[in-house]
Amino acid sequence: MSLNFSSVFPLKHARAHEVCGDSALSFAAITAGMTKGAVVWISEDWRPTVNPEGLAPYCDPGRLLLTRAANQLTALASAETALRSGAAGLVVAELSGTVGLTEGRRLQLAAEAGRTTAILLIPEGAGSNAAETRWRSTGIPAPSASTSGLTPAPRQNGHDSTHWRWSLIKNKIGTLSEWVVRWDAAAHRVIVVSEAGG
Amino acid sequence: MQRRIVSLWFPRLAAEHSLRARPVDAPFALSLFDRNSERLYDLCPRAESFGLNRGMTLVHARSFCPGLLTRPADPAADQRFLRLLARWATRYCPWVGLDGRNGLFLDITGSAHLLGGEEPLLDDIRARLARAGLTARLGLADTPGTAWALSRFAEGIAETGETLARIGPLPLSALRLSDQTCTSLERLGIATVSQLYNLPRATVARRYEPDVLRRLDQALGALPEQISPLGEEPGFAVRMTLPDPVGLLDDVMAAARRLTAHLCQRLDTAQKGARSLKLTFRRVDQENQAVELKLARPMRDPERILALFERGVSSVDAGYGIDMIRLEATEVEPLGMRQLDRTEGLEKDGLDDLITQLGNRVGLDNILRFQPVDSHIPERSFKLVPAAYSRPAQAWPANRPRPIRLFAPEPISGTGFEPPRRFRWRGRALTVFEAEGPERITPAWWDLDDSWAKGLRDYWRIATHQGQRLWLFHTPQHPAWFVQGEFG
Repeated sequence: MSLNFSSVFPLKHARAHEVCGDSALSFAAITAGMTKGAVVWISEDWRPTVNPEGLAPYCDPGRLLLTRAANQLTALASAETALRSGAAGLVVAELSGTVGLTEGRRLQLAAEAGRTTAILLIPEGAGSNAAETRWRSTGIPAPSASTSGLTPAPRQNGHDSTHWRWSLIKNKIGTLSEWVVRWDAAAHRVIVVSEAGG
Repeated sequence: MQRRIVSLWFPRLAAEHSLRARPVDAPFALSLFDRNSERLYDLCPRAESFGLNRGMTLVHARSFCPGLLTRPADPAADQRFLRLLARWATRYCPWVGLDGRNGLFLDITGSAHLLGGEEPLLDDIRARLARAGLTARLGLADTPGTAWALSRFAEGIAETGETLARIGPLPLSALRLSDQTCTSLERLGIATVSQLYNLPRATVARRYEPDVLRRLDQALGALPEQISPLGEEPGFAVRMTLPDPVGLLDDVMAAARRLTAHLCQRLDTAQKGARSLKLTFRRVDQENQAVELKLARPMRDPERILALFERGVSSVDAGYGIDMIRLEATEVEPLGMRQLDRTEGLEKDGLDDLITQLGNRVGLDNILRFQPVDSHIPERSFKLVPAAYSRPAQAWPANRPRPIRLFAPEPISGTGFEPPRRFRWRGRALTVFEAEGPERITPAWWDLDDSWAKGLRDYWRIATHQGQRLWLFHTPQHPAWFVQGEFG
């Protein structure tokens, strides 16, 4: 049960990965910050766009190419085109419905053909079996602050206590695990706080 | 062959152009801001009958004619209309030039017989223009100068050889001389062209500017005068008619390859790049099928254009076969020669092609890029611009922590100036364990945005035991709490 975090993150190159959970967006943003080249960010057009100022700590919003698709089918087709062309560094697709095995497999093949990594942001339990890995990312109370009670008190030090629990819930080539991580803005990297799940 | 020139003068071109689009039943004039006031630019005969004239101020004109209807003049549009008329006039002869702001010269040498002679030709022009609602005055003579004079001062035809006889009795301004020169000649008692002609040339040349004799000689044909026809707009369309219909994808693409190469060569000569292309297939049953391609940036590289066409062409229904293929660049932009440098690889071109491919799937306007906007209002701190028409933003300004996703404010229950400890949001009960704030953001007073109607906002970043990290705000001027974003 000692799966090393560095063996699964950064995500395996030229594969399609799936992320769900409340904090899936920051997971995608952090991954985008670790890749080079343009980030094609595909979402359906009813969804509000991501906020570039919110992405800025993790990756440069100027690299984003936002693609607004009319429905999930168009979004998947656009993702396949983008992956296959190999011109982008990363393709992120925000999906609202289930990804079937056929679609998942096609994306996987396109990712391999175009040597591009894909991240599919999916609702809970909507993934396909074709994904290389699937992650669940949720925010958790920072361990230091968790016991001090409910009183909202303005914090003074401005220390960012953002902690996430990243659970690896599907892994094609290894075991599952989970980690508590935080973002180190100065080093611009993810730091593992604890091997929470083990 | 003796040259024969028609001068076509539209005395009310601007007014009639405007009236053609929207007729009115009232005294009508166009106004233009000139020399510090609104002045009449052009007017209809009915307005003229009230004693109005061009150059009069609008206020003055209204005192003469209270019922005057006016519209702003648009000289640029009138100029475009005149070019259109010049193009129309090529139905009479191939050689048509512009003459100032409201006239045309037609060199009808050798083409008058096509309409049965000079008289019927002028009648035809007059009738067609009258049907189009345009007043025209026509003059026909051996030289542009005389034709000009006739159209302005004595409509009609001057047969070959009677030029001097026709232009002689006309006033001096028929020679296209400046008002100042005309006035000074008139002071000497020289009122008509023939009087000027009878003066000794040496004295005129010594006392007056060279223009006087030049214009006289031009009118009488002693000096040549050119008419410059308008250049033809280059067309970027090529087509291929096939002896036998084709239907296989490879055959169609082979034909498209030839057309693309031809078109790109044409674009290359004109130093242009195609921004949008249309490939039309005509089937044997006369049905047309078109494939449109919008490019992320101007391009004239046949191989790349062809590769981008592939997806569209494969969806064309060939039916019983295709026997004509036409490729047209519907939008072109200037694209000069570009020097490649060592660092510029294929990657950037690849991205442009990707934008094109995605754009043909979801529409080029749906491929967007973020650009920073200098505003402290969170939802206005960026804008979305079409990626095909913009460059990536260079530097993104640093700001306070902002949520990854912003949405329209969603009200939650809560009172007081500090965030509520428990609240329900999107059907979930949340308990706050940490809050950071407030950050006060004041709406821009000059901006009447309804969403900021509740006044200034105190923003709090909160974290909940359930894992959500939200961006709340409180409006102290109208106490209420809202959620506006998720940190993710």
